[in-house]
Amino acid sequence: MVYGSDIMAEKPELMPGTLDLLILQTLKRAPLHGYGIAQSIKRTSDDVLTVEEGSLYPALQRLLLQGWVKAEWRRTETNRRARFYTLTAAGRKQLGIELSKFERMVEAMGRVLRDAEEAR
Amino acid sequence: MKDPGYWWRKVQLLFGREKFAGDLEEEIAFHREQMAKELEEKGMTPEAARSAAMRQFGNTARMRERSHEVVGFRAETVAQDLRFAIRQLRKSPGFAVTAILMLMLGIGASTAIFGFVDAALIQPLPYAQQSRLVDVDESAEAFPRSNISREDYEDWKRMNTTLQSLDVYTGSGFLLRIGSTAEPVPAARVSDGFFHTLGVQPMLGRDFRPGEDKPGGAKIAMLSYGTWMTRFGGRRDVVGEKVSLSGDPFTIVGVLPRNFAFAPRGGAEVWVPLLDKPSCEQRRSCHDLDGVARLRDGVSLSQARADLQKIAAQLAIQYPTSNTGQGASVQALSEFIVGKVRPILLTLLAGAGLLLLIACVNVASLLLVRSESRRREIAVRGALGATPGRLLRQFVTEALLLAIAGCGAGVFAAVGMMSLLRSLFPKQIAQGAPFLDNVKLNAHTLLFAGAVTLLAMLLMALTPAMRLAVRDIHEALSEGGRTAAGRFWRRMGANLVVVELTIAMVLLAGAGLLGKSLYRLLHVDLGFDPTHLATVQLMMTDPASQKPEPMKALYRAIQARVSSLPGVESVGLTTDLPVQCFCDTDWIRVPGKPFHGEHHDVMERDISPDYMRTLGAKLIEGRMLTAADDESHLRVTIINQTLARKYFPGEDPVGKMIGDIKLSPKSMRQVVGVVGDVREAALDNDPLPTEYFSINDGPDAFFALAVRTRGDEKAFLPELVKTLRAMNPSLGVYGEVTMEQQIGQSPTAVMHQLSAYLVGGFAVLALLLGVVGLYGVVAYSVSQRTREIGVRMALGAQRSAVHRLILKEAGLLAGIGIAVGLGLSIGASVAMKSLLFGVRAWDISTLAGVAAVLGAFALLASFIPARRAARVNPVEALRAE
Repeated sequence: MVYGSDIMAEKPELMPGTLDLLILQTLKRAPLHGYGIAQSIKRTSDDVLTVEEGSLYPALQRLLLQGWVKAEWRRTETNRRARFYTLTAAGRKQLGIELSKFERMVEAMGRVLRDAEEAR
Repeated sequence: MKDPGYWWRKVQLLFGREKFAGDLEEEIAFHREQMAKELEEKGMTPEAARSAAMRQFGNTARMRERSHEVVGFRAETVAQDLRFAIRQLRKSPGFAVTAILMLMLGIGASTAIFGFVDAALIQPLPYAQQSRLVDVDESAEAFPRSNISREDYEDWKRMNTTLQSLDVYTGSGFLLRIGSTAEPVPAARVSDGFFHTLGVQPMLGRDFRPGEDKPGGAKIAMLSYGTWMTRFGGRRDVVGEKVSLSGDPFTIVGVLPRNFAFAPRGGAEVWVPLLDKPSCEQRRSCHDLDGVARLRDGVSLSQARADLQKIAAQLAIQYPTSNTGQGASVQALSEFIVGKVRPILLTLLAGAGLLLLIACVNVASLLLVRSESRRREIAVRGALGATPGRLLRQFVTEALLLAIAGCGAGVFAAVGMMSLLRSLFPKQIAQGAPFLDNVKLNAHTLLFAGAVTLLAMLLMALTPAMRLAVRDIHEALSEGGRTAAGRFWRRMGANLVVVELTIAMVLLAGAGLLGKSLYRLLHVDLGFDPTHLATVQLMMTDPASQKPEPMKALYRAIQARVSSLPGVESVGLTTDLPVQCFCDTDWIRVPGKPFHGEHHDVMERDISPDYMRTLGAKLIEGRMLTAADDESHLRVTIINQTLARKYFPGEDPVGKMIGDIKLSPKSMRQVVGVVGDVREAALDNDPLPTEYFSINDGPDAFFALAVRTRGDEKAFLPELVKTLRAMNPSLGVYGEVTMEQQIGQSPTAVMHQLSAYLVGGFAVLALLLGVVGLYGVVAYSVSQRTREIGVRMALGAQRSAVHRLILKEAGLLAGIGIAVGLGLSIGASVAMKSLLFGVRAWDISTLAGVAAVLGAFALLASFIPARRAARVNPVEALRAE
């Protein structure tokens, strides 16, 4: 699965498999609707990471099916009906797993890149 | 890996698809709104903000699809494929109907034939533990399996150590009197444990008890289910009633169950214990019974055979005059009952299988042509992101759909074919083949149809899939891809056509050989004229009239009465009509020749003086029997040519004597004439040595009448029966049939006819399919090569050269098909050698003939496209690109 490959040209692409992690991490702080999740990721990353909607919603469905998030319709501050996603206990656990997996990968990549730097 | 909750949620979503879609739409709308709002806050006009949000949001259709994919099941895409496949097939109904019809034919034919194979070979006998049942009989030099004599049976039963039980049966007949009507019914005499050995319990009343078959025992009888229903109205109180069988009162003790059938005595309506010994059963040398036994636990067939052969050898020492050379024959009961039809059924199954294969290959090549014309569609779908797996699945789905439709239609066709085939068996043969009742749609046949369908589907899915595998999407999208694709298709299609032609050749060769066998069989030299011959079986049932003098008077009366009927040319009486049975044998000895106790088996027929003339048999030398030849004079005989050649080689037999083994004075007879061989036994039996005595020498209560008529013998039968019935109420009259019907309905002829017609039918269909396949390939090849042909012509090639070019291509395919088919068909016909009569497996003229037929059809099929190729206008062909 390739995320965000459709329109984003100048912006860095999300690494495969990281979208789930970002969503789970974002939901850890508070329940959010889809738009909120996208905005939160964009803001927190200083506009570096953009979650494309075409990937966000399929990913949310996948997380729902796995039972890592729950969805319910609530009212926003502006009294607009929106579907809010909440992290479940299983999701919290999964977040831990994903995080350590990601850290290991970043670490490994860092080593490879440093190595390449030295060899230059 | 995935927890149950995952699947539970997925299933919930499956039933909440509407809500799922609604939620998703609302979320998308909310998302867009929020985006637009954000943009507006940045200073955009509401209009511009909305359209910018829309743009930024991207392809909502694709997002929706991907969301659905996440929660959907794989099966849902299968349903999608299925819908698409149905649409595809409905778009080209001609293709779909053709393909389904072909599959229906193949699956129907093979399933129908399998129905017979299943009934006859897989579950042949309706008895408990039927694999432990064996057919037990004596054997002699000329008869590998011959009847057993009653005294030998009693000794075998007493002395054997390998059989749990040994019982015997023999045919009989009674005049059954119910009220005022009397009708002759076929019956069987059996030993007391017969039904117990078979494992059959009466459905009403009781079985025969041990000892009830002894001479002088009470007269008791059991009824077959059919007889009980039709003649006794299915009354349950019939048990204990007395019934008059040929004038004797018999007490009915039981009724056999509905599914009971015993093929060797299939028509028997009444079953009685052996009881009194007729004259034959009082002699050890007279064989009139057949044995059936159940093996002891742990005993094998060969152990039982060895045991009985040892006993037979002992008896031969003990009773040299009667038992010298008498061995034991032991075989599985199923082998005895269905052994003869096995090669026929297997041949037919193979034929039907080949037909199915050719049908599948044909459908596969049709699919191939379609995939060729759909290659743009496939390429577009591939470019739009369909994975090769998904594209492949589409082909498999289409093949599956065709196969299932073909299977459904095929099962219907099979039911029809099975009942049609069953009706082709004459009643006489059907009685000897009770398994025919089991030929129907059951779990076995359905399973077979399913398996066959699966195989067909694989074959049909694989062909276009293989083609898909080697194709490059880019190549297909560009027009330049045509040459490569065309070449590939030509090669693949050509291979398929060679397979089709090969199969067609094998089936044609088989049909040719079987057809020739049938022709030979039906045109075998009978030694008499079968046209205008009416025959009928007669039985004197009144014991008082069975004495010699009244019988002789009866013969004379019948002769006189029937001769006086209008349209009758001559009338003859005999104990056995020709082309009927390999039975009533006698041992002879020629005085003055070396003799060491061997058995010279000859057939014996007792005939009236006019019998030979009535048949139209040829007198070779000497004279025929006359009315004066009876026991009051010197006893005489006439013999057939085979007997003359065998026992009087290089001599003039007329005037010589023959007698029984002991040359007892009473048995001595003088040969007064030699007649040409009359085919007495089955059509495919070589003529056997036969002696003909005067019927007045030893009158028999069972006899037959042959009447030569001037006009239509079939129309004469009812009058003949009526006349005979009116003559004497104690005279049983039955089995009226014309000689030509008798020959046509003889088991040998029926079996040959059935196999020749069926394989012939398969072959014609195969020829048709194969030739159509060849036409398709050549025509397609021509259409693909139009440009090439145009170039050739533009460069100066003559039309005739183009014509030759195409014919050469077709000729090569047909040639390979015919050559390979020829090789295979020799193998196939050697395998079915036992079905051939008067034809060798490698009958050159037949093989050459069918090769020529196939070649001619192939030529015809390629001639049309070749002509079209030669008519190509080079200017148009080149411009067309």
